[in-house]
Amino acid sequence: MSYFSDIYNGVKTLLQGMGVTGKYFIHARKEIITQEYPDNKDTLKMFDRFRGEVVMPHDELNEHRCTGCQKCEIACPNGSIEIIWDRGIDEETGKKKKKIDKHIYHLGMCTMCGLCIEACPTDAIVWSQKFNHATLERSELTKILNKPGSVVKKGIED
Amino acid sequence: MTDLFTTYTGSVLQMLLIAAGYLGFFAIAGLLLVWLERRVAAFFQLRLGPNRVGPFGLMQTIADALKLLSKELTGTDKADKFLYNLAPYFVIITALIALAVLPFSQQIQAFDINIGLFFLTAVSSVGVIGILLGGWSSNNKYALIGAMRSGVQTVSYELSVGLSLLTMVLLTGSLQLSEIIEVQKDGWLIVQGHVPALIAFLIFMIAGTAETNRAPFDLVEAESELGAGFHTEYSGMKFAYFFLAEFINMFIIAAIAVVVFFGGWLSPFGITESLPWLGAFWFLGKTLVIIFLMMWFRWTFPRLRVDQILTLEWKYLLPINLFNIVFMAVIIWLNLEIKF
Repeated sequence: MSYFSDIYNGVKTLLQGMGVTGKYFIHARKEIITQEYPDNKDTLKMFDRFRGEVVMPHDELNEHRCTGCQKCEIACPNGSIEIIWDRGIDEETGKKKKKIDKHIYHLGMCTMCGLCIEACPTDAIVWSQKFNHATLERSELTKILNKPGSVVKKGIED
Repeated sequence: MTDLFTTYTGSVLQMLLIAAGYLGFFAIAGLLLVWLERRVAAFFQLRLGPNRVGPFGLMQTIADALKLLSKELTGTDKADKFLYNLAPYFVIITALIALAVLPFSQQIQAFDINIGLFFLTAVSSVGVIGILLGGWSSNNKYALIGAMRSGVQTVSYELSVGLSLLTMVLLTGSLQLSEIIEVQKDGWLIVQGHVPALIAFLIFMIAGTAETNRAPFDLVEAESELGAGFHTEYSGMKFAYFFLAEFINMFIIAAIAVVVFFGGWLSPFGITESLPWLGAFWFLGKTLVIIFLMMWFRWTFPRLRVDQILTLEWKYLLPINLFNIVFMAVIIWLNLEIKF
């Protein structure tokens, strides 16, 4: 008797499939997932999990959260991150303390694996949603993530 | 003598004009159908589809056709040149011949023969010879495999197309297409024949889709397995002929379904009976709905394997079809048709 139940199940599942695609077709206007890129350049917003490039956010006092621990540099599988660091004097305790001079990020070598961001203990570096990385000079792909004159935020190391 | 001459040239001229009209109309209709297919496919997959060239991308297929026209006609060295060049014409001409008997409205029918339905099924199965020729003469293993699959498929499904139409011929009592539509003034055949007609319609749609080599029965082309199947070695305008023939064949299958099951150019419930020129509108509208259904199939169902195709035909469609004919005969014998 599996002959007739096969026919029944076949027709049923085919109709089920057509129902799914039919629903897509009816809602096609609202749920379209393609972007008409050059036209919507101004309004285009990339999705949250998009891995554009590594950036270091700064607050309005020009402070970042990087302590210069170099964990990201060690985590990076192909050496895209180099940190040039220095020793400064902590104003409160008077002790010698590590601080970053330049956090250098080679975008041209980066494979967007995200290991540096996972490794960072203070969440100093994050993904940005920028996707348009084309430049005319190769040197522009080497970026210094900390802004000039910026300092580490107080209390990050505690 | 002069009289004979003038009538003879007159009728030849008339034929040529009608042929040119049909060719022009279906070249444009084919381009429109390609555009429609791409837009509908895009919507089924939550994309936008061609929307750049002209309003709603309508000019996209014309641009594509111009590109194909300007391309070089490449061929293989060891191809059988004569058959290789003949194949696309075989396919496109058989597709165009079938158009002659289609009744677009009460007045617009080029060739109303008394075996219309038989002629349609006969002609639509000749196209496979073109595909076999193309696959064989290309001297390419993928093309040959594709062509052989096409042969297997068409020979099998031809039966189901014929038998499902035969079921409906029991109701109409005539093979002439204008006669078949005349019968449906008492209600479309799918209503008149209710259950067996519905089964026949389902079988016809499945077999008809297989007949046109469209997905889910597109293992003739099977891009992922065979390159492009039987037309792997064709380029430029010859490829465009195969492409156009596919869409014209789809139109023909949809048109047969409309004539046999949905009342051809008759309006639903006779709402525009006083305006006979609206017949073409109803005919084309219904055909477009069926074509949309075939596109829906294509973008929903996965491709079948060769053995699955043969199982579907010989173990399911054919026995059901034979049973269905008897069922329909019993319905007619007991006068159980629904007539208005």
